[in-house]
Parts: sequence; structure tokens; C-alpha cells
Amino acid sequence: MDKYIKTPITKEITANLKMGDYVYITGTIYVARDAAHKRMEEALTRGESLPIPIEDATIYYMGPSPAREGRPIGSAGPTTASRMDKYAPALLDLGQTAMIGKGKRSQEVIDAIIRNQAVYFAAVGGAGALLSKCIKKSEIVCYADLGAEAIRKLQVVDFPAVVVIDREGNNLYNFNSEQ
Amino acid sequence: MIRTIDTSIVTETIKEMCIQTNHCLSKDMDSSLKKALEHEQSVLGKKILQQLQDNLKVAKKEMIPICQDTGMAVVFLEIGQDVHFEGINLEDAVNEGVRQGYQEGYLRKSVVGDPILRENTKDNTPAVIHYSIVPGDNVTITFAPKGFGSENMSRIFMLKPADGIEGVKNAILTAVSEAGPNACPPMVVGVGIGGDFEKAAIMAKQALTRDVDQRSEILYVSKLEQEMLNQINSLGIGPGGLGGVVTALAVNINTYPTHIAGLPVAVNICCHVNRHMVRTL
Repeated sequence: MDKYIKTPITKEITANLKMGDYVYITGTIYVARDAAHKRMEEALTRGESLPIPIEDATIYYMGPSPAREGRPIGSAGPTTASRMDKYAPALLDLGQTAMIGKGKRSQEVIDAIIRNQAVYFAAVGGAGALLSKCIKKSEIVCYADLGAEAIRKLQVVDFPAVVVIDREGNNLYNFNSEQ
Repeated sequence: MIRTIDTSIVTETIKEMCIQTNHCLSKDMDSSLKKALEHEQSVLGKKILQQLQDNLKVAKKEMIPICQDTGMAVVFLEIGQDVHFEGINLEDAVNEGVRQGYQEGYLRKSVVGDPILRENTKDNTPAVIHYSIVPGDNVTITFAPKGFGSENMSRIFMLKPADGIEGVKNAILTAVSEAGPNACPPMVVGVGIGGDFEKAAIMAKQALTRDVDQRSEILYVSKLEQEMLNQINSLGIGPGGLGGVVTALAVNINTYPTHIAGLPVAVNICCHVNRHMVRTL
């Protein structure tokens, strides 16, 4: 089912998202991948606060190619989410509600999704040029030294994604392989 | 007769190939993805494949890389034994081409200088270069920037002779099943059978640079390629791993003699952005 949703993706919104739903996301989302997650984990370990407001946040696992002049961003498709599995449960427990990536997640992440009424979306891997057209604004929030791996704040309009794991823990990838 | 080639031509060619391959898929891949859209049955699968078509159009028209993972540069250099190079040394010339291509093409710099210390080299160098010396006085450059979503799902199996062709089939299906949605299907599966540990892996990579509509010249291998493609496409993984009948576009297998005690099988998986291009100097 096609659904149009606006960020922040609250628990009221995740209540209406079911495995297999095709969603179009509009609003603010954050971008972080391997190196940024590692730094966020280190910050938490040191007892510091996170560099982004995590409550009801959506994090897009992505590292863009450089923007040409006059454009907000370069190619911007999802990266493999499982590399963030080590870090995701802690962030979900702190209030993050949505993740956008591609590929399978660990049981620990699925448990954290259920525990926190969160959701995991997949965007189309390898469609970075097309997805970049949904990104209207991009700014680096922190860790600029990481280059393509810096944390960014994006404004997106009708960003397409599929609910792969809903807050009940239903998993579209498993569903397909069992068919 | 010795033919002299200035390595600045190598640099220029590599630079162009970096930019071309990352914005425009080769004809074989392009038509294979179009056929996949006609062939796919699942509604969601069709939707994904249509997005890939739209993506390719936007990429070409607006010069945005097809995928943000513009890859680690993999270069196969077949050098005629009658060639003499002039200018800066060949390896530096290749890396200079990568440096210029990734800078001027607005491509992502995805290479870290050390696998543990992990500091980005900021120019996507060095490339992974495979050299071979061949008869003649030409230089053939195959350029294949490789994304790591699918690279990470690649496998090598050191099978034993008793495992035979059934063992090979299991190895391929195991690698593809485990890769699933992570490898951005529909994927292309490159397989190297035989040789030794590293020869199998290099063959698997090289198999990915063969056109997807070109079958092996060895009869049993070409049959195996077709059989594996059919079996992979009955796994149900589908486009984006979201279910469907198009999980792979092709299985390309290369073989080489091996040791009496062994049967190495390498499976190098590539996503649907299987970038490859050949130029002869």
C-alpha cells in the first residue's frame, strides 16, 4: 500500500506502517554511516550527548558522491544497513524511530525495533541518481572531516522507501524467502 | 617491432573510463535490465526495476553517478609484449587517471589507505591493477569500478575434487542466497573455478567484466551458467531483495586448470550497477 508520511516519524506513525508498505517520506532526515556511527558510540561511551536530536529521528545510511555546482548533493542511494547493526540498538533505545538502508538486519536490531516501536525502511540500492532528486537540501551537521561519511541533515520530498521490518518485527526479506 | 606508448595516454584513457562507467551502463547491462523489467512478475519487483530504469536516465542526462558507491577502481591491463612504455611509470599513470577521473567526475572517494587505520586517501587511489603480458603490440584496458555492498557478499570455497560439479553449484547458490538483498539484486554473478586460491578470485572478478549476454565458449560451462541462472532466479529474492523472479541477470563462469587435490570456487557478486568497459590502445 502506498503511504505518504512526514517526519518526525513518531510512534503514532509507525503504528500504521506494515511490512511491504511503499512509503514516500517528506521532511528532515539525518545521514550517517559506518564511521559516524562509530563516533556516536564513542561519544555515548564518554558520557557525551549525541550531535543530532535523536528523539523520533530518521537516520539514512548513506554516503553521497560529491555535489556538482548548484546541486544540493550528488548520487545518494542507501548503503548496506547490517554494517550499522552493532550501533543501531543503542540509538533506537535513545529514541530513534526510523532507519533507511538496504539489506538484512540482525536479530538484536529487530528486537530493538520491536522494543522501541521503530521501523526499518529499505530504499532502492543502486538508484542513487534518482533518489538524489528527492533531496532538496543537504547540510553537514558534524564530523566534516569524515568527508562522504560526515553526518548530514537532509530535507527530502516524497523520498521512496519500502517498509521491510515493521514495529511488530514482520520482515519482508524473510517473507519472500519463505514463499 | 617495438611499439612505444606514452603512459600519459593510459592516464587520459583511465580518467575517461572512470567518468563514463559511473554515469552510463554498458549496452549489455542496459538491455539486460530492460528485459528484466518485461520479465518480472511481482508488483513490487516491477516497481523497483522501473526505478532502476528511471535512475539510469537521470544519471546519464544530469551526469549524476548511477550509484553513490562509485567503487574501488579495478583495472585489468593486457600488455602486448612488443610494447614499450615511455613517460611516468605505468602504475603511477593508472593511479593518476583514477585521481583525475574521480575528481573531475564528481565521483565518491571511497578508498582508505590502510585497512585497519582507515584514513581516506581522498582521491580514490590506489586502484587494484591486474597485469598480464600477451602477444602483439596493443594495450587493452578493462576498467571495472567495484562497489562494496556486493563485494562484501562475495565468497571463496576451497572445495575438494570429490565435491565435483554439485559442490560447485551448492557453492554458487550458497553465496547468492546469503547475499540476498545486501548485494542490490538483480545481481551479476562472476565465478572462477579452478586455478589456486587467488587465481579463482581473479577469474571471478574478470568474469564480471564479460558481457552479460555472452556465454562461455566451453559447452558444459555455458550449460552450467544457464542452469545456475535459472536456479538463482527461482530463489525468490527478486529486485531489491523484495521478492520476484529476477534475482540475477547473468552467471558468468571462467575456468582454469587446477591441482589434483583441489577444486577452488570463487563467487564474486556484483549489483545491477555492473560497470565495465574495454579500450584498446
